[in-house]
Parts: sequence; C-alpha cells; structure tokens
Amino acid sequence: MAEMIEMKERMKREPVPMREQLPSERIHNFKEVPLGYTREEAIYEAQRCLQCKNPTCMKGCPAEINIPTFIRYIVEEDFKKAYLTILKTDALPAVTGRVCPQEEQCQKECVLNKRGKPIAIGRLERFIADWARENGVHGIKDSVNKKQTKVAIVGSGPAGLACAADLAKMGYQVTLFEALHKPGGVLVYGIPEFRLPKTIVEYEVGQIEQTGVKVICDQVIGATRSIEDLKNEFDAIFLCNGAGAPRFMDIPGENMNDVYSANEFLTRSNLMKAYLFPEYDTPIKIRKRAATIGAGNVAMDSARTALRLGAEKSYIVYRRSRAEVPARAEEVHHAEEEGIIFHFLTLPVRILGDNEGRVTGMECIKMELGEPDESGRRSPIPIENSNFILEVDMIIDAIGTMANPIVARSARGVEVNKWGYFKVDERTRMTTCEGIFAGGDIVRGSATVISAVGDGKKAARFIDAYLSSGKSLKKQ
Amino acid sequence: MYRINRKTKLYQDMYSMWIEAPEIAKTVQPGQFIILMTREEGERVPLTVADYDRDRGLIHIVFQVVGKTTDELACFKEGDYLYSFTGPLGRKSEIEYFGTTVVVGGGTGIACIHPIARNLKAVGNKVIAIIGARSKELVIMEKELRLVSDELIVTTDDGSYGRKGFVTEALKEKLDSDTAIKKVWTIGPPIMMKVTTELTKSYPVDTIVSLNTIMVDGTGMCGSCRVSIGGETKFVCTDGPEFDGQLVDWDEFMHRIYRYKEEENKSWQSFKEKKGCRCKEN
Ligand SMILES: Cc1cc2nc3c(=O)[nH]c(=O)nc-3n(C[C@H](O)[C@H](O)[C@H](O)COP(=O)(O)OP(=O)(O)OC[C@H]3O[C@@H](n4cnc5c(N)ncnc54)[C@H](O)[C@@H]3O)c2cc1C
Ligand SMILES: Cc1cc2nc3c(=O)[nH]c(=O)nc-3n(C[C@H](O)[C@H](O)[C@H](O)COP(=O)(O)OP(=O)(O)OC[C@H]3O[C@@H](n4cnc5c(N)ncnc54)[C@H](O)[C@@H]3O)c2cc1C
Ligand code: SF4
Ligand code: SF4
Ligand code: FES
Repeated sequence: MAEMIEMKERMKREPVPMREQLPSERIHNFKEVPLGYTREEAIYEAQRCLQCKNPTCMKGCPAEINIPTFIRYIVEEDFKKAYLTILKTDALPAVTGRVCPQEEQCQKECVLNKRGKPIAIGRLERFIADWARENGVHGIKDSVNKKQTKVAIVGSGPAGLACAADLAKMGYQVTLFEALHKPGGVLVYGIPEFRLPKTIVEYEVGQIEQTGVKVICDQVIGATRSIEDLKNEFDAIFLCNGAGAPRFMDIPGENMNDVYSANEFLTRSNLMKAYLFPEYDTPIKIRKRAATIGAGNVAMDSARTALRLGAEKSYIVYRRSRAEVPARAEEVHHAEEEGIIFHFLTLPVRILGDNEGRVTGMECIKMELGEPDESGRRSPIPIENSNFILEVDMIIDAIGTMANPIVARSARGVEVNKWGYFKVDERTRMTTCEGIFAGGDIVRGSATVISAVGDGKKAARFIDAYLSSGKSLKKQ
Repeated sequence: MYRINRKTKLYQDMYSMWIEAPEIAKTVQPGQFIILMTREEGERVPLTVADYDRDRGLIHIVFQVVGKTTDELACFKEGDYLYSFTGPLGRKSEIEYFGTTVVVGGGTGIACIHPIARNLKAVGNKVIAIIGARSKELVIMEKELRLVSDELIVTTDDGSYGRKGFVTEALKEKLDSDTAIKKVWTIGPPIMMKVTTELTKSYPVDTIVSLNTIMVDGTGMCGSCRVSIGGETKFVCTDGPEFDGQLVDWDEFMHRIYRYKEEENKSWQSFKEKKGCRCKEN
C-alpha cells in the first residue's frame, strides 16, 4: 500500500502530466493521443489530494462521483474499491474520464485550483476505469429486486445510457431504443477514435447491458414506432435523442461535392469506419487542403480527422478571435501541435467550384470584434473590402447543430421551444406531458457529455419518484 | 437481425427480396424507404419499399446490382440474416384523388411505382402506367401493374417487346391526347427522371420524382442526402424522397450522386476479386 504523504509535501508536489503520442507520429494514425497514467503515476498524483472534509470538487461533478473516496483508494492501491466507488454513480467512467471537460467541472472546483494545480481527477478516473476493464473487474450485475414497471428511453447517447444504468439499478425494466445500428450516440458516431476508442465505449455500454438494460438498435422513434406506441407499452419515457441535425452556413456553393457537415464527415469516419476503407465499405473523400468552419470541439475533431485521413493542409476558419474559441484548451493545443492552421476573424461568404461540382476555393471576408452580444462575447463585424480567396478543395461545416424534429413530431402533448428543443421542468426534467421526461442535447442544445449524464441521472431519480407514487403513462 | 424470407432473381442483376421486419411492415406507406446493412463492416444502403405484407410482417425490396453492397446482397440466400434494417424512412407519397394520373417507372423504379399505383387506384384515380426497359427480358412486374392500372404501356429501347422507344415518348403522346392528366409520378434512373421532368414542364401537370441521393443515417442527422429544391436546401431522407421534379436542381443532384465514383469502383473491384463464387446463381 502506498503512503499518505505529509500535507506540506502534498502542496509542494507538481501535478503529474500525461504522456502522449508525439504529434509527428499521431497524425498518421487513429490511435489514442494521451496514453494514460501508469500505476505509479496514478498513485503519485492521487497522493496530492488533500482529502478535504468539505470536498468542493464534488460540486462540479454532475455524475456525483465521490471523488476524495475513490482517490483515497488509489493511494491505498485498492483499485477495485476505487472502481466500485466511481461506478456507484457513473456508469461510463472510461468515457467521462476522457472527454468530460474536467477543467470546467470538478477540477475547477478543486481547492488546489486556487494555486493552479488542481488534482487531475479525470485522468485518475480514466486510470481506474482502464484498470478495471483490462483486469476484468466488474460492478454488480443484473439487479435483484426486479420491478414490473417498464421505462422506455429514446436515444442511446450519454444521457440515455446514464438514465438506463441508474433505473436498472433501482430495479426497473429498461429498454433503450436507438435509431442507428450501434448504441452510444455522439460517443460512437461523433467523437473520433483518437480521443475515445470505440472498443471502450462498446465495453461500457456492454457493462450497462449486463445490468439488465435491453438495447434495441435500428429503431427510429417517430418512424419505426411512435411515442403513442411507447405510451401503450411503457410506464414512463425518457427522451434523449440528441440535437443531431446539422446546420449549414447558407452561402452559395454549399451543396458542392466536397462540402461536408461535420456530422457526415465524422459519422463516415467514426461510426462507419471510413478510415479503414476499403476494409470497411463506406468511403470518405479527402482532398489536399481542407478547411473546417467553426472552432468548437467538433471543429477540432473534424480538422484533426482530415489530417489523419491524408489532407496535406488542414485549416480552422473562425469568425471570432482566439479568445472566443469554444473548444477545450487541451483540444486546441493538440490541434496546434499537429499543425492545424488557424484563420481567426475570418468569415466564409462563398464557395467556388468547377463544372463537376468540385470545390476550388472559398471566398472569405476579414472580421473585427465589436461590442459584446447577448452571449457576452464580442460580436464579429465584417471589414469592408477585405475579401480574399482561401485556396482549399474541401470544406467541413462545423458551425453547430439544431433539433431534429422526428421525435417531437410524434410526441403529442410534449411542447418544444422556438428552436425545437423539449421544454422541461428544471427540477424534475419532466416535459409538458406527464410521465414523459427529457434531457441531454435535445433539451440544452449542443452541450457536453457530462451535462447529458447529469440530466440522465436526474431524470432517473424523478422517474423513480413518479412511478413510486403509483402513476404511469398507461393509466392516463 | 432480419431474415430473408424469400429471394427471386428477376433477371440478370435484378433481384427481389422479402425481408422479415414486422414493425416496419405495420406502419410503412408507399413512397417510403428502408436502410439496410449486410454486415457490420458494410455500408448503409437505402432501398425503396417496393411492397409490404402487413399480416405476415414482410417488406419487399427490389434492387439492381450496381456496386459492392448490392452485389453482396445478391449473394445472400433465403434464410440468411441481414445485419441491420431500418425504417420506414422518409415521407409517404401524397396520395389523394387527382382524377387522371400517370405513373412512369424505369429499372427498379418499376417496382417502386407499383404500391403508388395501387393506392392511387384505391382512392378512385384513373391510373395509366408506363414502364420502360432496355429489352424484353428486363421488363418486370408487368402482371402486377396491370392489375392496379387502367392502362399499361410497356416500352423497350430495342423494340423487342411493347412499343419501341423510351418512356418519355409514350408519355408525351398520352399528355397530348389526354388533357385530364393532373399528376405524373416518375421513378427510375436519375437521367430518366430528369428527362421526364423536362418533358412535362410544358404541360399543366405536377411531376413527382423520387430522389436516390447518397445517404448515411437516413434520419436527418448528416446532410449527405441534401439537394436544392427551388433554391432551398432539403434533406431527401426527411423532406423527401419525393419532390416536385420541376424544382429539383438536377445538375447538382447528378454531381452529388457520383461523388464517390472512384472509391465505389475500387471497393467493388476488390470485392469481385475476393468473391470468386457463383453465389448469384441461386
Ligand atoms: C464531434 C463531437 C465532439 C464532442 N466532444 C465533446 C467533448 O470532448 N466533451 C464533451 O463533454 N462533449 C463533447 N461533445 C458534445 C457531447 O457529445 C454531447 O453533448 C452529448 O453526446 C449529448 O448527449 P445526448 O445523450 O443528449 O445525445 P447524443 O449523444 O446525441 O445521443 C442521442 C442518440 O439518440 C439517437 N436518436 C436520435 N433520434 C432518434 C430517434 N428518432 N429514435 C431513436 N434514437 C434516436 C441518436 O442516434 C443518438 O445515438 C462533442 C460532440 C460532438 C458531435
Ligand atoms: C431513397 C432511395 C431509394 C432507393 N431505392 C432503390 C431501389 O428500390 N432499388 C435499387 O436498386 N436502388 C435504390 N436506390 C439506390 C441504392 O441505394 C444504390 O443503388 C445502392 O446504394 C448502391 O450500393 P452499392 O454499394 O451496391 O453500389 P455503390 O458502389 O455504392 O454505388 C454504385 C452507384 O450507386 C449510387 N449510390 C451509391 N451509394 C448510394 C446511396 N447510398 N444511395 C443512393 N445511390 C447510391 C452511386 O451514385 C453509384 O452510381 C435508392 C436510393 C435512395 C436514396
Ligand atoms: S465525471 Fe467529469 S466532472 Fe465528474 S469527476 Fe469525472 S471528470 Fe470530474
Ligand atoms: S477538492 Fe481537490 S484536494 Fe480536495 S478532495 Fe477534492 S480533489 Fe482532493
Ligand atoms: S441521410 Fe443523413 S441526413 Fe439524410
């Protein structure tokens, strides 16, 4: 067992960095970029935790992980207990440990953040989840006290998976309906392999299935079955079908052949594994110079994917300045290391093409920042006569998503706001239709994995309260 | 997993299959489509629902071998299982009483117009069906279409059966002689739909086409299927697949459906080399 170390030493020690694949190597493969902590590194980092009486870090974790406890078990080298501690509230630790924006969540609230040295909670979580998977250590299987009550979950992204896991633990019979042929939502179709290996997602989804959750793929709710069908069969419903409809810029030339939405580009590469073409059947077209529009996580993923697929130049084109970039700092840093070229304060106005419908360039205009808008960010204003042509031959639109109306159209009595997102009660996550709950991106707009997980957990709690009070959709 | 209940070879390179998919069979409507995958490594391929049997829970598809996936699908036997089968996708055909209607089909499109013709007829329309093929052996579903139409015209390019010539010639004659025609459905190869639309432009009829763009999810998530309709971007999988043919930007559409030509050829070539079996004979 490793030792608890002196307080003075804890404060003095520097955070343990995580080893990574070298940029020059990793741009030629789809293997994960950060390599994870070794056992020694994890213990060394865990020893820094002050084990606060009032652990502020936990306030920042929507997955409600008991952070000091699992970290203490790491110091004690009881990795199994550390795993079970995490698993009690977070069914997707290998996922959240990797893609949760920790610096905005738990690590932001960690007391040591005041000195700029928060505990690397996410990395420790990842270490434990990976250890458990590699050593065949499981949580509790199939719940013992099975209830007769049935809950349907629409969409198998992080919101749906978290909700399903919690409800199954409470003994409910849970069925997850997924439109695609694989469960996981953005975790499988959006986030690239080099940030989140798909075998890991599959494994954690499999663990959730082991607790008795039934996953049915190829089910487009609103098409294959309607919400009315589900109401007849289930006692409560959780809608978490994600935001998933791509937004385009609405500029001339956008329907040309080499213009992708980030959703299409990433779905082809990740879900359909076009990076393994022709071993896998789905193709993807890569040209020499790729421009990705936007600067969120999705844009970083697209630009980095284009590079790995063989683009010689990969640009990020963003209408605001570096200070406004919404992507995680770590992702921007990774992108820069890999040689992604940023064009800030630049707005595309027209895509140029040839007679075959292929892209030959993109006309842009330079921007400057004006007064802050409603979002608090300074809004970009075009500079007159600053138009120029960016020489590119493929374009990826990563400017955001909007609500896909398929589910909403079929859900009578469930109200949406003017953007098509479900309206829910802040506290209970119940929609305007009793017994139907909603969460994740289809309520918040594009948000984060961890907020989706948090919504799923909250919904599970209030679905339990709803059903425990004897109510049911079937009785309406 | 979805079992192949029945498989028939209609003629060289064109096949008919009935797939066990009871949930889809329960709610599907004419004009809608499904997306299937043969294997986990496969592509998601859209095919129109050519017919359905609600009682027995079956979906009918008719496909032409044009590349790797359809070639591989043709190798599947009765009793085999498909990895993925999703639907019904897209909007249903807008079928109501119009008066006199014409349905024009070419290639696998002939199968697709069959349920549309049947439903048009069922609500009281007069239905004229025009089907075209290169030569006699390639004419499919003639009997079935005869049953649901008031008049059936068959054309072959080489004149080996029915009238010699293209469907557009037969359609032009009809439009000239029968001014009661209100609505034309045309489903078939892109070029056939385009030419038909050009012809009907100068007549007072609406022309409906069914666009077969390249798709991935089929639920409005990726935008791969987008086309310009009357200057606006629409998604074929959720806004279509049927559109007013006069509003379609045909050049853009034709460019987009051939955008992976190189890759598709490569993929099919390597499949053929590995296949080396005579599976298609059964
Ligand atoms: C490329 C990319 C990178 C990202 N990177 C990060 C990151 O690093 N960190 C982070 O925190 N967040 C990231 N995000 C955001 C995060 O992934 C999402 O906020 C989160 O996945 C939302 O979860 P969800 O469960 O609400 O929906 P989703 O993950 O979108 O899942 C919804 C599921 O519902 C299914 N569905 C849709 N319609 C139907 C229907 N009609 N019937 C049945 N099923 C249906 C969908 O197929 C999908 O599987 C990223 C997003 C993208 C696209
Ligand atoms: C709504 C819809 C309904 C369709 N209905 C039928 C049908 O009933 N019967 C039928 O035989 N075909 C139909 N198609 C076309 C069918 O999907 C393609 O023939 C099939 O995807 C070819 O796959 P492949 O791997 O065999 O060939 P590929 O090698 O992938 O392609 C060969 C040719 O097919 C076209 N094509 C490729 N991928 C697609 C795709 N995803 N969607 C459309 N075209 C594509 C290409 O432009 C190319 O010319 C339909 C397409 C759509 C969108
Ligand atoms: S799930 Fe996210 S917020 Fe919670 S402990 Fe892990 S990294 Fe921190
Ligand atoms: S706030 Fe930081 S130091 Fe305190 S318990 Fe949490 S992780 Fe440890
Ligand atoms: S196929 Fe993806 S949006 Fe239509």
